Amino acid sequence: MALVLAPEVPLDSWLSALDAQMERSPNFFDSRPVVVDLGSIPREQHGIAEFLQLLEQRGIRIIGTEGAHPSWPGIEAWGRPLPVSAKPGRPIEAPEPHHDKPAAAHQPESAHGSAEANTLVINEPVRSGQSVVFERGDVTILGSVASGAEVMAGGSVHVYGTLRGRAIAGLNGNAHARIFCTKLQAELLSIDGVYQTADDMPAKILGKPVQAWLDGDRMKISVLE
Amino acid sequence: MGKVLVVTSGKGGVGKTTSTAALGAALARSGENVVVIDFDVGLRNLDLVMGAERRVVFDLINVVQGDAKLAQALIRDKRIDTLSLLPASQTRDKDALTNEGVDRVIAEAREKFDWVICDSPAGIERGALLAMRNADIAVVVTNPEVSSVRDSDRIIGMLDSKTLHAEKGEKVEKHLLVTRYDPGRATRNEMLKVEDVLEILSIPLLGIIPESEEVLRASNMGSPVTLNNPDSAPARAYFDAARRLRGETVDVVVPLDRKGFIGRLFGRRVA
Repeated sequence: MALVLAPEVPLDSWLSALDAQMERSPNFFDSRPVVVDLGSIPREQHGIAEFLQLLEQRGIRIIGTEGAHPSWPGIEAWGRPLPVSAKPGRPIEAPEPHHDKPAAAHQPESAHGSAEANTLVINEPVRSGQSVVFERGDVTILGSVASGAEVMAGGSVHVYGTLRGRAIAGLNGNAHARIFCTKLQAELLSIDGVYQTADDMPAKILGKPVQAWLDGDRMKISVLE
Repeated sequence: MGKVLVVTSGKGGVGKTTSTAALGAALARSGENVVVIDFDVGLRNLDLVMGAERRVVFDLINVVQGDAKLAQALIRDKRIDTLSLLPASQTRDKDALTNEGVDRVIAEAREKFDWVICDSPAGIERGALLAMRNADIAVVVTNPEVSSVRDSDRIIGMLDSKTLHAEKGEKVEKHLLVTRYDPGRATRNEMLKVEDVLEILSIPLLGIIPESEEVLRASNMGSPVTLNNPDSAPARAYFDAARRLRGETVDVVVPLDRKGFIGRLFGRRVA
């Protein structure tokens, strides 16, 4: 499960407050993946990359940022913004879909299923570097999702194959979305903005058919019998 | 009308040029008319591997730009007269190639030859896209290690989206060629097994080329391995792959230089 840190300006005083917090509960971050929400930092603020470095020096494991402004120098080194569920009054920071596979995302007629159905079915493997984005509902993949590929759905993600890349369900803030796959080797799972990276997944479920869902703000993964 | 085949991989150094030369020579030896085209503009190598570096007058860019006719630029192999080479330019850069120019040259080559084999540069940029653009068939060259496999996966995705066939909603026929395979090391889990590579990439297997010093020796001699030492293990594997490209059904066996007991021990069938 990933935590979201939302720094505020002035950054100095926010950092001292963070230090005080970390002194009270030293194991709070404990190598948990952290997403830094930079949405409330004004665009003209300087030294964002240095600020993120300061966070890392405190042992905080940053897996991504959101709300970052691309003009900030050095910000691209901190990973592309991860899509996080929409909070009221703020747009979703979804990455630009790759155009390698426009048919998948924008031309549902190439996929099977009725026109209004809120399900997208992809009949082939999702290759490394490809991105399948379907905000209106579920995505079903008949094949594997490669390392370096990603599948994002407004609803649930179903993978009839090995999930090696990223699966992101509940893109627009749906806590009831789930992720299913016949073989779990995922780099990252996300439901409604709650993340788990491969490092956080217990070894005993890797390679197994699983489902992932949200129990409150915690992600649960269980083996499908 | 000949078939256009692209030899591609994403990753560099996995054996695209070696495989282009070896498959081209193997197909030509079976009587087919073959042209191999080097798309690696600026870093051309195919002329060296084919032993034709001193006979280059015109190149692909000259033909694309209309400065030379295709027939003037083609270099006929001295060993097999059904094998020709269209070299790349070493001095120009890839920007000199246009989609329309490449399409025209490939269309002309397709009229004259049974097989037009395009040797792709590494990477996923313009050069690689131009090489795959007209392809009917793709040979995806992969080493049994994770970075090569992932790059191949990326290239397979591009074959399904960035080729002329894909733009028309058709499919490019894709085949996996595993190169530099060492059965002993795979058994000891020091490299990926062919089954693992096939499971990840899920395209049909064209052949398994064993790691062999014969490949380097042939390159240094300026000769495709299938001509330099046709009885060597890699050459036999390339001949089998060429027969499969022609539509024959051949069991996939990993040929080995060591004969006898050890050879039989490792000569296991895959897929």
